[in-house]
Parts: sequence; C-alpha cells; structure tokens
Amino acid sequence: MTTPMIFFLILAGLSVAFSLLVVFQRNVVHSAMALVATLFLIAVLFLTLDAVMVGILQILVYAGAIMVLFLFVIMLLNPEVLEGRSVVWWVLGSLAALLLLFEFVPLLTGTAGPVSGPGPADGSFGSPEMLAQSLFSDFVLPFEVASVLLLVAIIGAVVLAKRES
Amino acid sequence: MVPLDYYLVLSAIIFVIGVAGVLIRRNIIVILMSIELMLNAVNLTFIAFSRALGSMDGQVIVFFVMTVAAAEAVVGLAIVISVFRHRQTLDPREMQLLKW
Repeated sequence: MTTPMIFFLILAGLSVAFSLLVVFQRNVVHSAMALVATLFLIAVLFLTLDAVMVGILQILVYAGAIMVLFLFVIMLLNPEVLEGRSVVWWVLGSLAALLLLFEFVPLLTGTAGPVSGPGPADGSFGSPEMLAQSLFSDFVLPFEVASVLLLVAIIGAVVLAKRES
Repeated sequence: MVPLDYYLVLSAIIFVIGVAGVLIRRNIIVILMSIELMLNAVNLTFIAFSRALGSMDGQVIVFFVMTVAAAEAVVGLAIVISVFRHRQTLDPREMQLLKW
C-alpha cells in the first residue's frame, strides 16, 4: 500500500468517525465541535486533491465563520434539556439512510468512466490564480449573483432576528 | 495514487450520515449542522471530479456552494432564534403552525 493511500484511509476513517459523532451525540456543543473536526478533515482531503485555495477557504469560511455562528446561537439559546432518544425512530432512520447508501455506491462508482483516478496535474492546478481566472471569466454572472445573495441573506437575518417592539 | 472511486464512496458515506442526522435528530440546530455535513460531502465529490477531469469548474462550483451554505446557515439560524423567542423550544415537531 502506498503512502497516499494510507494517508487517505486515515483521513477517511477519521472524517467518518467525526461525522458519526455529529449525528449520534446528545450534547449540541459536542456535535458542533465534532462538525468543526469533520470540516478540518475534509479541508485536508481537498488539499490532497490539489484544491489548495478551496481547502483554505473551507477552513476560513466553514470551520471559522459558520461554526462560530452556530456556537454563538447554541450559547445564546442555551438549550439545557437533552433531547430524548426514541430507539424505534433511531433504528428506522438509520436503516433508511443505509438504504440510501446502498443506492448511492453503485451509482457513483459506475459513472467514473474512462478516468480511473486522480491523474498527475501540473503545479498550478487549484492555485488562487487559476480559480480567479475561471471565476472572473466564465463565471462572472454567477459571482455577481452570489454577492447579491449574500446581501439578501444579511438583510434577511437582521430582519428575522430583530426583536419586535 | 488514490482512485477516484474511493473519494466518491467516502463522500457518499458522509452524505448518508447527514441524511440520517436530518431524519433522526429532534434538535433544529443539529439538523442544520447535518445539512452542512451533506453540503460538504457534495463539495468533496465536486473536488474529486474536478481533479480527475483536470477542470477548474468543479472548484468554482464548490466556491458557490460555500456561498449558498453561508447564506443558508445565517438565515436558518436567524429563523431558529426567532422561533425560540416565540415558542421556547428547538424541537421541530413543535414548529407546525404552517402545517395543513
């Protein structure tokens, strides 16, 4: 087994374990911390796929900004009651999700086509320059729409969370 | 080199864990976190295909998915705060005023 393979298997095992912790844990704060760990591990997986810029953005935006927002809301609302476990519901939900997995795996592994795996790429692939060139040439309009979307989200959040007087 | 299929199967597993979280949990914040987990699994698929096909388009799409996820988290958490202020609960079963 080659070194990248062992590295990938360690990362994959850890990210699956932490995402299981996100779902199957009763304390909300612990779930949020497990999600931070999962996002970091997925960022490292991005780096192994030569997506340097996206990996850094993942850590800054997801593990940084969005998760701090989640933790703020958890602390603000302070839901001290732990939710009860209904065993039947948990078993049924897990079985339904497992069924979906058995649906997905043949679907995804069948469509790989002629590409057998991540091939060699030159050093500039995934660099900020290439991302920016693609973003500002082919995807200018979606980029501008995304900025408008963020503005709408800011205004919507302020209006929704404002205390009615 | 790690085959593309390994990455796809890993992202399918993480996506399914997110689906299980949405189905099972009764805390609206954990459900939102499970949705973030599913979005990340899809991002991993995009990045893996982008690397395998040697095209930057997948990474640009991931950039947009992150933008939409940020907007979704902000608006979702604002709704959660607003609902908690009125009903003092985070249980989605209590949020049924619009249910027919």
